[in-house]
Amino acid sequence: MPFKRYVEIGRVALVNYGEDYGRLVVIVDVIDQNRALVDAPDMVRSQMNFKRLSLTDIKIDIKRVPKKKELLAAMEAADVKKKWESSSWGRKLIVQKRRASLNDFDRFKLMLAKIKRAGLIKNELSKLKKVAA
Amino acid sequence: MAAKATVPRKTRNPDLIRGVGKYSRSKMYHKRGLWAIKAKNGGVFPRHDARPAAETALVKPPKFYPADDVKKPLVNKHKPKPTKLRASITPGTVLIILAGRFKGKRVVFLKQLSSGLLLVTGPFKINGVPLRRVNQSYVIGTSTKVDFSGVNVDKFDDKYFAKAVEKKKKKGEGEFFEAEKEEKNVLPHEKKDDQKSVDTLLIKSIETVPDLKTYLAARFSLRSGMKPHELVF
Repeated sequence: MPFKRYVEIGRVALVNYGEDYGRLVVIVDVIDQNRALVDAPDMVRSQMNFKRLSLTDIKIDIKRVPKKKELLAAMEAADVKKKWESSSWGRKLIVQKRRASLNDFDRFKLMLAKIKRAGLIKNELSKLKKVAA
Repeated sequence: MAAKATVPRKTRNPDLIRGVGKYSRSKMYHKRGLWAIKAKNGGVFPRHDARPAAETALVKPPKFYPADDVKKPLVNKHKPKPTKLRASITPGTVLIILAGRFKGKRVVFLKQLSSGLLLVTGPFKINGVPLRRVNQSYVIGTSTKVDFSGVNVDKFDDKYFAKAVEKKKKKGEGEFFEAEKEEKNVLPHEKKDDQKSVDTLLIKSIETVPDLKTYLAARFSLRSGMKPHELVF
């Protein structure tokens, strides 16, 4: 079990604690054993403890401490957003956010939909059971 | 003496520092033009005679003085206002009632009455909640709104919901036990018609939205894993 996701310049990480919880950031420099300099398109460049970061599979090609414009260009070139939203981890987070933002009426409609789906499945299953019997 | 309400005058003597003005007494005399007022009045400051005092009604001395001094309560001119309505609650909002006979029912908000209570209706045909008053504290406001155009609720106020005054019956011993069997409250026809007139328009706009009717007919309940402080309503 070797490590696959390394802390390196250009590694995209997810913040898992603190004010910026849930934000995707890029590691732009390593400060010392515990801290990294991170940056994101809509954020002021700041330092963060590694413990607050969860590394992702995505890596972009940048030099150490790039200018903000270069960082944005590199993120566009690597298409970080699309890669993240199509990854299973990213998709799960999107679904979690959507479920948390559901209205009371939405939850009711969801319940009706689930019941309908379960009914269809049961129908098909009973048909198959009859055939098998 | 009645004082006229005047606009507070701007002083002609700016402060150098608090308590010290820029101009001396003699300079201020000149600035205020007191020399001109005196000149107009022949070298003397104009003097007005006292205003005749208003006629006070003759007060007779009281016949009785209480032995102990009785403290008078302080004057309180507060007028009660109706409770502040939450911003999330507007006419047509679906509310969830949390207490009472209709707890859990989802209900349409009509308007806030002058007593602060919220006027609410099922609609009656959908979930059995009639035109009713409900306290804002026992209600969750959802973000679901029903189209409220065309609904007129001006005629409803707190007096509409007051208990009907019963006529006093003469108490005879024999009649005492028979009188218990009064007719149960029958809702007067006007109230039923009022309910219908409000509800028909509402039901029409409810039926345009799919599933909204079944939503209003169902009761709200918490299931396992639902945390009210994390739910979006």
